[in-house]
Amino acid sequence: MSDFLLGAGIFVLAMVALGLARVGIGPGYADRMMGAQLLGSGAIAVLLLFGAATGESGAVDVALTLALLAAFASIAFVRFAADKARNVADDESPR
Amino acid sequence: MSTAVDLFTCISVGLGAVFFLAGSLGLLRFPDAYTRLHALTKADNLGLALVVIGLLPQAGSLAAGLKLIVIWLLVLLSGAAVSQLIARAARANERRG
Amino acid sequence: MIATAASAGLALLLVALAVWTVVARDALVAISGFIAYGLLIALVWVRLSGIDVALTEAAIGGGLTGALLIGAAARLRSTEAAAHAERCGATTRIVALLLSAAVTLALVLCVFALPHPAPSLASAVQDNIASTGVGNPITAVLLAFRAMDTLLEAIVLVIALLGVWSLGPDRAWGGRPGIRYTADPNGILAYFARVLAPIGVVIAIYIFWAGADHPGGKFQSATLLAAMWLLVQMAGLADAPPIGRRSLRVGLVVGPLAFIAVGFIGSFASGAFLSYPDGWAKPLIIVIEAALLPSLTLVLGLLLAGAPARESSK
Repeated sequence: MSDFLLGAGIFVLAMVALGLARVGIGPGYADRMMGAQLLGSGAIAVLLLFGAATGESGAVDVALTLALLAAFASIAFVRFAADKARNVADDESPR
Repeated sequence: MSTAVDLFTCISVGLGAVFFLAGSLGLLRFPDAYTRLHALTKADNLGLALVVIGLLPQAGSLAAGLKLIVIWLLVLLSGAAVSQLIARAARANERRG
Repeated sequence: MIATAASAGLALLLVALAVWTVVARDALVAISGFIAYGLLIALVWVRLSGIDVALTEAAIGGGLTGALLIGAAARLRSTEAAAHAERCGATTRIVALLLSAAVTLALVLCVFALPHPAPSLASAVQDNIASTGVGNPITAVLLAFRAMDTLLEAIVLVIALLGVWSLGPDRAWGGRPGIRYTADPNGILAYFARVLAPIGVVIAIYIFWAGADHPGGKFQSATLLAAMWLLVQMAGLADAPPIGRRSLRVGLVVGPLAFIAVGFIGSFASGAFLSYPDGWAKPLIIVIEAALLPSLTLVLGLLLAGAPARESSK
């Protein structure tokens, strides 16, 4: 069981590493943010799997912290670095 | 009994891993930002959900199980908000360039 | 077997990510690589059973440092072209590469030359932990056995904040840092901040309380609270406070001052600065942690907000 969970964790980690390629290639910042977001939720899944595999109960707390801050970098990006002339955080007025 | 529970965990975690695979492949292979976003949300929501459901029987106590569910709900919430923002950033990029 | 494969895979991924971060051309791409690196390091700490460190790494590396670097990169964006023109030649880079490789090799040799088993005070901590009243050995070391280090670290953070404040222009002294963010109050970002911030506060308090007997504690909790405060600011629901405000400054120093006061209580009651009288260890530790939590939150939040930039409109 713990071997299987460890193996699943490695597999998810490999998948997420693949997704990082999008951060490198992705034309435009939206694609890079998507790669980072995938890494965030992938890291949470890997943490839960590794924690369950080794019986480390603190790993769930680390995953909880990560889940709380998952959106932080993306929001900081949208606020600071995206197109200033257009406030991306606003809902569009219907036309 | 415990082998049935273990089997359930293995199947659920396996399916979750498959969704992560689908999400990564979609992120790499789909042609533009919006379709890639669609793939990403599958990994975020379904992949993590199946992993959490699979790990629930293995959790030591009720509190640990509740923590797992709270983690999943937080990722759902963050994913929803960030997907909107990413999509708008992509559209703003398109309009500009 | 699988465990070593997991560790090896993580290590390889980390090295590849580090190399990619260094050679990336665009600053924002490098920052994404760095944030990813921080998340993976948190994974490594969990593999090494260092849960407290993993918590801190996840909170700071995954959240605050990323936001800080992105803000810095955005402000430097207009100068990136000029910086590119001043890049050093190939010879300098090769020399730098060789020097870095030599330092890495020296560190690796030192790690392999450590005696087996490595010298450690863990057994001494375990023998004496009952007298501190806390169950988590990390908390016992930070707040009882080496409380002096924690006190100095808190003071250093406040001094660092003063350093950041000194970077603002003279006329803005006492004013608010950063710019005023606006967002549609009915939009997605405002909704997200409104929903997440209370949840974040509850989870932060849980981690603060669990720090006594489980991994956690005041620093990770303060990081989460500061992150929630920043989120609320970025969503336009609140503004950064003016740094001249008296209550803000009182809040910043109350933590270190309480810590020093407890230290003097110790020197009167049991002979040495920061020694705890018998049976009073746990309550005093709780007092210190409760006083440090708001101070650390304010310090971390204001460090991220930056130097004062808007004149105070009193």
